[in-house]
Amino acid sequence: MARRIDTGRRSCDAYGMADPVWVINEPEAMRFRVNRSTLVDPQVLELERRRIFDVCWIYVGHESEVRAPGDFKTRIVCDRPVIFCRDSKSQVRVFLNTCRHRGSIVCREAEGNAKSHTCFYHGWSYNRDGELDGVPGQDAYPPNFKKSDFGLKEPPRVASYRGFVFLNFDPNAVPLEDYLAGAKEYIDIVIDQSPSGQMEVIQGLQDYDIRANWKLLAENSFDDYHLISVHASWLSYLKDSGVEMKRPERGHLLPGHGIGKPLGNGHGCTDNVNFRGRPVACWIPIYGEAAKPEIERIRAELVARLGEARAARVADTNRNLYIFPNLFINDGSSVTIRTFYPMGTDRMRVLAWALGPKEESAVARAVRLDSFLTFYGPGGFATPDDIEVLETIQAGLGTYREVPWMEVTRGMAKEGEQLNTDEWHLRALWEQWDKLMRTERPS
Amino acid sequence: MKNSAEITRQQVEDFLYEEAALLDAWRLDDWLELLTDDAVYRVPSNDRPNSSSGDTLFIIADDINRICARVTRLKKKDAHAEDPRSRTRRLLTNVRIVSSNGAALEVEANFSVHRFRRNDGIRVYVGHYRYGLRLMAGKLKIARREAVIDSMELGALGSISFIL
Repeated sequence: MARRIDTGRRSCDAYGMADPVWVINEPEAMRFRVNRSTLVDPQVLELERRRIFDVCWIYVGHESEVRAPGDFKTRIVCDRPVIFCRDSKSQVRVFLNTCRHRGSIVCREAEGNAKSHTCFYHGWSYNRDGELDGVPGQDAYPPNFKKSDFGLKEPPRVASYRGFVFLNFDPNAVPLEDYLAGAKEYIDIVIDQSPSGQMEVIQGLQDYDIRANWKLLAENSFDDYHLISVHASWLSYLKDSGVEMKRPERGHLLPGHGIGKPLGNGHGCTDNVNFRGRPVACWIPIYGEAAKPEIERIRAELVARLGEARAARVADTNRNLYIFPNLFINDGSSVTIRTFYPMGTDRMRVLAWALGPKEESAVARAVRLDSFLTFYGPGGFATPDDIEVLETIQAGLGTYREVPWMEVTRGMAKEGEQLNTDEWHLRALWEQWDKLMRTERPS
Repeated sequence: MKNSAEITRQQVEDFLYEEAALLDAWRLDDWLELLTDDAVYRVPSNDRPNSSSGDTLFIIADDINRICARVTRLKKKDAHAEDPRSRTRRLLTNVRIVSSNGAALEVEANFSVHRFRRNDGIRVYVGHYRYGLRLMAGKLKIARREAVIDSMELGALGSISFIL
């Protein structure tokens, strides 16, 4: 619904004001503005924790990270320490990593395989299925004490889609597949890289902070408008390495045609014709002559299995997929899973992994990882510049009271298809954010 | 000198101190001169410090072409993450010749790299280097250079946009 407001008003005290205006969305007037206080105000962040992170499906990990019964990874997901693991029946489980007795974390290792997890405070121990099976001196507890009442707690909901495991702290959440909506189709394209339909997370975690509000990374990760200016040095690197780059078509900023679109529930994607090389399966000189036959073999396998059209969809397009609120599966120079959590209004923790087909050859795997590092990650040729721009924005936001609005109207006057350098998909993110932030929840 | 067995720790230290001074001074072209034509530069992911970049995601895994491209990039104004450039100060210590064989030397050293940018707080990268050095025409060259960071995650260190 359109909201008209006095733009000179200071507007974002979520608890102090009856009706804060965070997003101005007036399609007829072609106005779309986001109040910068949404990136600065601690009360907004507090409300986000309750109204966004506690009600949306949140990514935990990939099934391939825990293969055998007892395998586990510990993680902090939305401030909750969790144990992401396989139980004795090889089912993927998520336990809240806190002892039912006094609250200590029961598993302090980052990863491993364990028969049980024992809290070292008083020695309560939990088996692979999260059941409490050891309580030293149990006979001192009254007769109504039952170990079966004190298993490790689980989040209200856990579900997975094609190997990607999510949790939800809202017991009344819609099913994961309904939540994912149009994002499923784009996950499916990524999975089709694998002959067996099994993608796996490759070891080696990139785990770093950005001194900026988490929503800035949400926007940045599928905003192609910034590519030409922020990543000029990366584009030069590709060119210098012999990657052919066509002049952009009329009205375009980038060498390949690309669109941006919302996928429902705040999710969205860019969907671009490839110009940068892909481990599956577009060879570029950076991969080296020796890898060429292998990339061609992968291409042939794709065509044989999926047909020309679907093979081209998988191999010749780059897609940055956003799953609201804090997950990207970006299928570009390589496939990366990137999730991030607020650690304050001006700080986030980012976790990033590489994903590849399970049956990938050693040659192809090495190309994938090398290609990943040409662009992605805290030592890549592009991500550090993204980090820099987000931190530069956050510094600029010290002026949010004097300069309260961000302009998000690119493409707003267009009918139909929107380019990857337009902002339709970014507006969808903010619309969903605004909708959820305005939905009251029982505390 | 033709045989690396003749090289003393002091000579290795002098060489590594010279390298550190070049990097702190952002004399990147001069730094490239210290590398062999097949040199590699790697920073493993914090959770897999002892892995191969062929099957493990690293933070940096450059062959010589990528190292040169990294230097080319860093010299440009549009390497935004280093514009303005970080000030760095490298402290190297505990230098050890781990082994020597013909022209090749394996060297390890501890590092503490202090990085300052804009109004940021100080960022201190602590860890150890694993060098593969090679004697070429009587001079030491760097054939392999691995910077292994001790912290459990990069976390507050953020990105590694400079040469660590």
